Amino acid sequence: MGSRRILTGLGLYVVAIAVLAMVLIPLSFSILGGFRTNMQLIESPVGLPNPWVFEHYKDIATDARFWRQVRNSVVIALLTTAVVLPAASLAAYVIARYRFRGREAVYGLFTVGLLFPVAVAIVPLYITLRQVGLLNNPLGVALPQAAFGLPVAIIVMRPFFRAIPKEMQDAASIDGAGPFRLYWSVMLPLSRPVLGTIAVITVVMSWNAFFLPLLVLTDVDQHTLPIGVNNISAQYSTDYARVLAYTTLAMVPALVFYALAERQIVSGLTAGAVKD
Amino acid sequence: MTADTGGTRSRRGAGGSRPRRLDRGISWPAILLFLLPALAIYAGLVLYPIVQSTRYSLYDWNGLEPLTDFVGVDNFRRAFSDARFRAAIRHNGYIIVLSLLLQIPFALGLAALLNVKLPGRRLLRTLFFAPYVLSEVVAGVVWRQILRPNGLLDQGLSAVGAEGLSREWLADPDIVLYSLFVIISWKYFGFHMILLLAGLQQIPKEIGEAALIDGATSWQKFRHVTLPLLGPTLRVSVFLSIIGALQLFDLVWVTTKGGPIGASSTMATHLYEQFRRGLFGYASAVSIVIFGLCLVVALAYQRAVMRRDLRGTGLVG
Repeated sequence: MGSRRILTGLGLYVVAIAVLAMVLIPLSFSILGGFRTNMQLIESPVGLPNPWVFEHYKDIATDARFWRQVRNSVVIALLTTAVVLPAASLAAYVIARYRFRGREAVYGLFTVGLLFPVAVAIVPLYITLRQVGLLNNPLGVALPQAAFGLPVAIIVMRPFFRAIPKEMQDAASIDGAGPFRLYWSVMLPLSRPVLGTIAVITVVMSWNAFFLPLLVLTDVDQHTLPIGVNNISAQYSTDYARVLAYTTLAMVPALVFYALAERQIVSGLTAGAVKD
Repeated sequence: MTADTGGTRSRRGAGGSRPRRLDRGISWPAILLFLLPALAIYAGLVLYPIVQSTRYSLYDWNGLEPLTDFVGVDNFRRAFSDARFRAAIRHNGYIIVLSLLLQIPFALGLAALLNVKLPGRRLLRTLFFAPYVLSEVVAGVVWRQILRPNGLLDQGLSAVGAEGLSREWLADPDIVLYSLFVIISWKYFGFHMILLLAGLQQIPKEIGEAALIDGATSWQKFRHVTLPLLGPTLRVSVFLSIIGALQLFDLVWVTTKGGPIGASSTMATHLYEQFRRGLFGYASAVSIVIFGLCLVVALAYQRAVMRRDLRGTGLVG
């Protein structure tokens, strides 16, 4: 019995390690690949670089274009979050805590949005953004992204607001606080965790976005990192090491962010899915 | 406002989902003010464009001139008789089938594995989820380097003496979809795994133990106890997988641009190509088709979820 259990345990580890290798090989290939020469990549892409080449990473780290893309990505992610957080929390609060006619209908309207990708609205979005002069403007990406991000945010926030004990609200109402005071000085301070979760997943989504920025940001100066990575990959398709170095530098922020905010990212990205 | 304090407090235990009595102490202008920012952005940038897409889809239009050339459902007829669009729909379909047959069972197996008290499973969980946090662009570019002729995969194969297995992974029309599916699975299995693991952890251990004491094998326990109880989570996983496959764009555009000769096109890459050619009316029709398919999937999902709820009442199945 005991030896059988050990064998099963061993089997599980073998499977787990095989999968782990599948996950880590592409990542380490990219990171290490940036330290190789193209010749090394062609002749011996496995193992540690010999010798280590720092020139690609150094080139990119001193490339103004790269940093401009980082800045554009950061600006758009922050703008998107700055729109999603207040808009979603105001709406989720009133939907979660008050009874009014049409409440479920409004909530339903928001939840439908969960189903539709940006692709279904892309042509009119483009036309509208062109009309109001937001093409090649960070807001032209941030606002639609925020709009498509609202459903998840509201769906995740509603149960959270709802779970706050009514006694807290009553105590404040007796002191004469209206709905806005309640929202601002009771609900928001209590909902820091859920606001944090939404902020984190909004940033991740925005950081990774490609389709919308590709359409809206045609001007090189406005390009975000994903667009930059795609361009490098297409433009220097045979300069393998350079492509890998660029890609690695683009994914490091996401991985660091994940390491720092794993709990929020995992719970946020899966909670939006489970709560229907 | 202070009048509604009685009665309902005792219901606190009921699953937590039932709201305690809600407040009415709010005026209409206040409600509207709370809803206004979200509703305005959402209506202006989600709902209105979808309605507009429907309108544009009925016109022959290049996006510049006035919208005058009404053509009825011609754009849709053209879409469905366009062999390239039909191929694109088929490709989305293949990805869906492959995901449901391979990726989700794979994710489920790993979730079951990590549900066992294995030392180090927290770390494994973290690492398996990591690709999901990366963008499809990054995943696509790295994999393009791995799969290119004489790239890491080919080199690896020849290192173990299996160079005969080498293929044009991204350039062979017969293989490219499978290659893309591997990349998709690499990026998304961790997400489904976490979802299913959360579902598994909600199942009380006692139920499975009771089955084992009654003499069920581990497989029987999994098949007849775990799987049915996991139903709702599994359905969410399936649903998200289908919706994701229907809108597949970034990864394909970055790795193959839908090629070679359209062998890996998807509805969304087809849409983007028509858009770039200035065929705004036709592109709108394509986006409405994607919209319709997502809607059908969503409705089917709703039905499945509702059936589950009804089953709890003993009225069906």
